[in-house]
Amino acid sequence: MLQIVDLNKRFGTTAAVDGVSIDIAEGAMVGIIGRSGAGKSTLLRMINRLADPSSGRILAGDVDVASLKGAALRKWRAQCAMIFQQFNLVKRLDVVTNVLVGRLAYRSLVPSLLMQFTAAERALAIRCLERVDIAELALQRADTLSGGQQQRVAIARALSQQPRMILADEPIASLDPRSARMVMDTLARINRADGITVVVNLHDLDAARTYCKRIVGMRGGKIVFDGTPDLLDAAAVRTIYGDDVSAETGADAGFSRLVATEAAARADAPRQLAN
Amino acid sequence: MADRSVPALPPRFERPGLLAFVLWVAAGALFVSALRGTGFSATEFFHGIPNIVRIVGEMFPPSPDRLAKVGWALLETFQMALVGTAAGVALSLPLAILATRHLTPHPVFYHAARALIALFRTVPDLVWALIFVVAVGLGPFAGTLAIMIDKIGFCGRFFAEAMEEADRNPQEALRAIGAGRVSVIAAAVLPAALPSMVNTSLFSLEKATRSSVVLGLVGAGGIGIELQVSMELFRYAEASTIIIAIFALVIAVERFSAWLRRRMI
Repeated sequence: MLQIVDLNKRFGTTAAVDGVSIDIAEGAMVGIIGRSGAGKSTLLRMINRLADPSSGRILAGDVDVASLKGAALRKWRAQCAMIFQQFNLVKRLDVVTNVLVGRLAYRSLVPSLLMQFTAAERALAIRCLERVDIAELALQRADTLSGGQQQRVAIARALSQQPRMILADEPIASLDPRSARMVMDTLARINRADGITVVVNLHDLDAARTYCKRIVGMRGGKIVFDGTPDLLDAAAVRTIYGDDVSAETGADAGFSRLVATEAAARADAPRQLAN
Repeated sequence: MADRSVPALPPRFERPGLLAFVLWVAAGALFVSALRGTGFSATEFFHGIPNIVRIVGEMFPPSPDRLAKVGWALLETFQMALVGTAAGVALSLPLAILATRHLTPHPVFYHAARALIALFRTVPDLVWALIFVVAVGLGPFAGTLAIMIDKIGFCGRFFAEAMEEADRNPQEALRAIGAGRVSVIAAAVLPAALPSMVNTSLFSLEKATRSSVVLGLVGAGGIGIELQVSMELFRYAEASTIIIAIFALVIAVERFSAWLRRRMI
């Protein structure tokens, strides 16, 4: 079980994550929803420690993740794999090497430096690719793949870490609907079959409802909703996304707001030049 | 204060200030004095033309007298370039990692590596050759060391730039996996920077081939010494053989590196 206690992250004077406390059960599939800038991404990154908390505790068993350093921190990161919106594969390496990279935390210096992997590791990598149905692409270069395929390679890379937990930060925000469904199906399957805890940040309210038995809503760095999908009624959606959004369009709230902000910024630009 | 009802014109419409005027005059005076200092003179150039014609005339046909010796010297020149570049590239890689802001273990290493690279780059290779001739004696080893130092300066700088520009997202993904610094470099930074680094290394080899010709002039090995001897003994036909040989070598190396570049990138 992962216990987060009064976790804070401040950037300058703004609080990205503001006093978040939450328990995540082993083997759960939790969706975190909220607008852009609600603190979802920062929360996930703090769990992996890509971002350091300003204060608060992250407890995995009796280990305080927030204070880990060096080898202990790397060991924790190996156990909690991350999936990114932009897939973050090494573009010029082939698919199977991108999956083998997931083993780097377990290896000593010299073989890592030479990128030499054992037969057992290669077999594991191929099995991970089979789990996400793209073993036939193993020898292709990563940058020749479509977005959906790249995200599945990223999931295979996460699997090769043999993690206890997968943190997925907007895994489907850059994908077409069909690829998005495949990626979410894959994550759900892994969660069910392997009992790996999955915490996934989502813009898409429908995806969260479909795939997650527990949904956490964030707004302004705080948790404002925590419950099952059937508790997520219109009032709850308004609490998470704001009053200008209905339950049906909730999924697009962040996006349309972003467009509006960008349009306003563009309108401002000539004025700034004039000054 | 100017009249506030009239908006100030943008600077480009303003007349040059006194300081700008003084600077322009100073720059002009500097250039004129440089012309005088170098004895730059159109008449002397025209008087020199018959000499040039005579020397070029004596160069043809190129003499094949010392072809074997020239061939060996040319081979030595290329060997110097090859070994010097290879050693330089190999040594500049760790130095470049230290000189890359987000990969360096500590700012002290960063600044030390940058300073060393700057020193190696700014002191000309001919000066390094003079130093190494004193240190290890006349011959190709001194020239090879000079090329190596020069290439560490050149490659160190461009390798560091290539690594700084490498896509940060995969590096972040690797850190999230629990990979250590060395693993991140080997698995994410180097693959991304490799095309640029191969390019830089091949360009270094081309540059080294050209400069290893000149290094012979200070006794650091290679074909330069042959050229100097031929010119000083007024054996222009022999000199032209050597110049053609150098030309052929440089072109061959350039062709080879262009081919390799296409294959590897």
